[in-house]
Amino acid sequence: MKHLLSPLDFTTDELEQLLDLARDISKNRDKYSHRCDGKKIATLFYEPSTRTRLSFEAAMLNLGGSVLGFSSANSSSAAKGESVSDTIRVISCYADICAMRHPKEGAPMVAAAKSGIPIINAGDGGHQHPTQTLTDLMTIRELRGSLNNFTIGLCGDLKFGRTVHSLINSLIRYENVKFILISPKELCIPDYIRETLIDNNIPFEEVEKLEDVMPQLDILYMTRVQKERFFNEDDYLRMKNFYILDKEKMALGKKDMYVLHPLPRVNEISVEVDDDPRAAYFKQAQFGVYVRMALILTLLGLDKE
Amino acid sequence: MLNVGQLNDGFVLDHIEAGKSMMIYNKLGLDKLDCCVAIIKNARSNKMGKKDIIKIEGGLDLVDLDALGFIDHNITVNIIKDGEIAEKKTLKLPKSIKNVIQCQNPRCITSIEQELDQIFILTDEARQVYRCKYCEEKYTRQSRYNA
Repeated sequence: MKHLLSPLDFTTDELEQLLDLARDISKNRDKYSHRCDGKKIATLFYEPSTRTRLSFEAAMLNLGGSVLGFSSANSSSAAKGESVSDTIRVISCYADICAMRHPKEGAPMVAAAKSGIPIINAGDGGHQHPTQTLTDLMTIRELRGSLNNFTIGLCGDLKFGRTVHSLINSLIRYENVKFILISPKELCIPDYIRETLIDNNIPFEEVEKLEDVMPQLDILYMTRVQKERFFNEDDYLRMKNFYILDKEKMALGKKDMYVLHPLPRVNEISVEVDDDPRAAYFKQAQFGVYVRMALILTLLGLDKE
Repeated sequence: MLNVGQLNDGFVLDHIEAGKSMMIYNKLGLDKLDCCVAIIKNARSNKMGKKDIIKIEGGLDLVDLDALGFIDHNITVNIIKDGEIAEKKTLKLPKSIKNVIQCQNPRCITSIEQELDQIFILTDEARQVYRCKYCEEKYTRQSRYNA
C-alpha cells in the first residue's frame, strides 16, 4: 500500500503521471465526479488548519465520495491519551483513505506503519507538507508548461519555512532549475539544504534584497517573514520592506513571471498586486484541490479508467 | 604492568578511546551479562598512547555491534578461540541504529509516544550524519560518546 509522507515518496515518473491526471481532472471535472462513489476520506486534524482540511474535503466531495473526521485534538480520542497507532487502526475500519495533520513531526509515519488504509501527510509540525509541494509543482507546471529550465526566487523566511525546503528538494530533481534565495541572514536556508544544493551542483545564490534580483525571476515564491523571528526590532524595521511585494517591485519583474504563495498571506504581498495577471496564488489554491483529487485517486488505485 | 587473566573463548573490544570504557559498558548493557567481563583502563598503546579495552567471555551475539559501530567505529573486535585471536573484525558505521540514542527534538512524535523505538538512519556517510527516522532531526557524531 502506498502512502504520501514526504514529497520525495513519488519518483519523477510517478509525479508526472499524478500531475497529468490532475491536469485532466481540471479540464474534465464531470468525468471524475463519481469516481469515488461509496468511498470515505477521514480527515484527522490534530491541530487546526481550515485551508488544507477543506481542500481535502472538497477534493473527496468532487469525486463523489464522503468525508468524516475531526478538526482539533480536543475533539478526538487523543485528548484521552490514545496513541496515533491505535487511532489509525480504528479509523482504518471506518474509512478508505486518511489525511492526517499532527503537531508532532513523524506522526503520519507512525500511523502509516500500522494503518490498513493509505495515509496522506497533511502537515506534521515544521517537518513536511507534501501536498503543498504537489500543489506548487502543479502550479509551476501548468503555468510554465514544464518543471525544467527556469529560475525561481524563494523569498522570506527560508529557515523555518517547511514549504520552501520541500519545494527545493523536489525541484532539484529537474533539469536546469536555478535558485535565488532571498532572505535576511537570520532567516536564510538551513545548512543541510545548502549542502544538498552544493552536493548536487545546483546553481543558486543567496541575496538580501528582492529588488536586486526581480528581473531574473521566472517564478517568485513568496513566504511570510514573521516579526518574532528577528533577533531585534531594528533589523526587522530595516528589512521588512525588502520582503513586501508591491506594484513597484512587480514592475521590475519579467512579463511572463508568476508569483506563488502557499497562503495565508498577511502583508507580504500588497493587495494591489492581486489584479496583476502574474499573481498566481489564488489559482494555486484551485490547483491544490485538483492535485489532491489526483492523489486520492492514485492512492486508492482508482486513477485508471 | 597489570596482568589480566587470559581469555580462552570470547572477544575483546580493543582501541577504545581512553576513559570511555565505562560508557561503552553501560551503553551496551554489559552489566546485565552473566559471564566474565574485564575492563582495562588506560592501557599502553603504540597507536593511541593510551586506550581502554573490554574483554568478554562468550559469543559475539552478546553485544549489539551496530550500537558499538555507531558509538565509535574505530574500535576493533578481536574474536578469541582457544586463547588465540581467531578473527579481527573492523566496525562500520551502521546504516541504522535502534534504541541507542534518543531524539532531542521536542516536536518529534517520540517525545510524546514513549513506546516507539528510537530509530536513527545514516543519511550522509561522508559527514557521518544520522537523522531521526520520524522527524529527520540531525544527530552529530561529535556528541556520540556522550549519548
